[in-house]
Amino acid sequence: MARAAGVAVGGHRHAATGLQVERRGRRWPWARTLVANPVAVVSAGFLLLAVLAAAFAPLLVTTDPTFLDPAVRLQGPSAAHPLGTDDRGRDVLSRVVYGGRVSLLVGLSVTAIAALVGSTLGLLSGYYPRLDTPIMRTLDGLMAFPSILLAIAIMASLGPSTGNVVVALVVVYTPTIARLVRSSTLVAKQQAYVESARAVGMGDVAILLRYVYPNGLSPLIVQCTFVVAFAIISEASLSFLGAGVDPETATWGNMLRDGQRILQRAWWLSIFPGTALVLTVLALNLLGDGLRDALDPRARRR
Amino acid sequence: MAAYILRRLILVLPVILVVGVVVFALVHLTPGEPAAVILGDRATAEEIARLRDQLGLNDPLPVQFVRWFGGVLRLDFGESIFLGESVTRSLLGRVQPTVLLTLYALCFQILIGVPAGVLAAVRHNSPVDRVLTVLAISGASVPTFFLGILLILVFAVRLRWLPSGGYVPFTEDPIAHLKGMLLPAFALGFSAAGLLARLVRSSMLDVLREDYVRTAFAKGLPEGLVVVRHALRNALIPALTVIGTSVGALLGGAVVTETVFTIPGMGRLVVQSIARRDYPVIQGAIMTIAVTYVLVNLLVDLLYVYADPRVRLGGG
Repeated sequence: MARAAGVAVGGHRHAATGLQVERRGRRWPWARTLVANPVAVVSAGFLLLAVLAAAFAPLLVTTDPTFLDPAVRLQGPSAAHPLGTDDRGRDVLSRVVYGGRVSLLVGLSVTAIAALVGSTLGLLSGYYPRLDTPIMRTLDGLMAFPSILLAIAIMASLGPSTGNVVVALVVVYTPTIARLVRSSTLVAKQQAYVESARAVGMGDVAILLRYVYPNGLSPLIVQCTFVVAFAIISEASLSFLGAGVDPETATWGNMLRDGQRILQRAWWLSIFPGTALVLTVLALNLLGDGLRDALDPRARRR
Repeated sequence: MAAYILRRLILVLPVILVVGVVVFALVHLTPGEPAAVILGDRATAEEIARLRDQLGLNDPLPVQFVRWFGGVLRLDFGESIFLGESVTRSLLGRVQPTVLLTLYALCFQILIGVPAGVLAAVRHNSPVDRVLTVLAISGASVPTFFLGILLILVFAVRLRWLPSGGYVPFTEDPIAHLKGMLLPAFALGFSAAGLLARLVRSSMLDVLREDYVRTAFAKGLPEGLVVVRHALRNALIPALTVIGTSVGALLGGAVVTETVFTIPGMGRLVVQSIARRDYPVIQGAIMTIAVTYVLVNLLVDLLYVYADPRVRLGGG
């Protein structure tokens, strides 16, 4: 993906014609717009911190998130336990940090796989009219389900585990991406440069990857940011319902489910994981918004 | 118009078929023998064989599918394994809370989303616009179930103004019914309102630039009148489609919201049935919700044609 984008933007020798293709303008004009947007920069910074915290969780919090200490059950925030402890004496701070690991891992892997599968299906469906109907009708069928319901349905048969959550959410979010890539493929297919590439005898795969796909990359990147956010919310919702990640694992959704049962006595069990969840999703949505403004000049005028 | 409606109706059929295949496949996606999984570890071989027979799992898959889908078309989803009654009967007993919750949430979504979108467009690029935009994005970032928990914490646990859950039928006690539905409907409608507000804002901005709006202003009509009578009418047409897709999000969100507020609707039934591995109930409930969503979208599409003659005249 990154290579294709670089080729499309930078100067290089045209494979088929041998002509030097000139680089148009600055390499990343959108990056300047993005950096000039304080909301997007703060969001990106927050997400970077969240990723670092998740990656280096064992260094950041020294208490094991599964360590049971009956002596300190249901304690409010204190110096020893900054975010308090739960009803089994586990440290809420370390559970929130480790829970972020699961959320980000699920969000990013769902998006990566859905982007890969969705792009492939979208390119095939947009470029080959014969494949269009079977692929799109199947995806329409999947999109006929309210997304969380489809995820619940798949989890009901696969059983709770992190891997199954990823599978279920990939099925849920692939159709949206495929539709997006298909529509940009349909537009790019009509362009003169694609016709010329075909005329000089370039293969379909090369045309698709070099000339068609890069054209739809901007809206795809924006969409992917939102898919990460949706996937994180969905994972938390599934876990909250007891149909997501294994109930014993520290995740934000699992913590919220356990926390709601004793909401009257211990507000911190719900508030802290919930806040972590909201901030992460909010940062992703704001970053996606900033990216859209930067990548789509038409939206910027708004 | 008639041709468009007919074509739109025909297009729904393959979608419902795919939905049916997916829901049917659920049982067969289960790792291992479904009958053994349903009965758990302590089941004997005879019990498993009997359940296999009861569920018709011994027949070839296509035969099973035709039988199941034929039943679905007659609104017969089979027998619940756990509840000891037909799935259709147990679903009927839980339709009301889910439908009402979704409708109340839709009201909140429209009552919050439309005015917010109009205000942001009319005060384009002002601080009001910016605050509303940030609020709309925040609304979409707070998961329904967490907003629900926050509302319970404030209004039920701290202030004790409203119940933290449960359900009272409208016919039994209208006041208690509405009091009980207030928090869940707000939680569900609020996050959906953000999306609607953003759409209304952008379509309002388009419409406000139109000649006829300028003419209306030039005639000296008051701003409120122009906005409501001339601009909003046209700006709401694209919003119709979002409301259609919102119903899907709201129906799905109802599953989660019912669990937070312990409302005995179809969503809560699905969640409880997952733990009991009551597959006929899960299949029946999911099929019903998905088909409802497909039909609502069909209705919205047809309304759209009715509301915007350009779609109709342009050949749809």
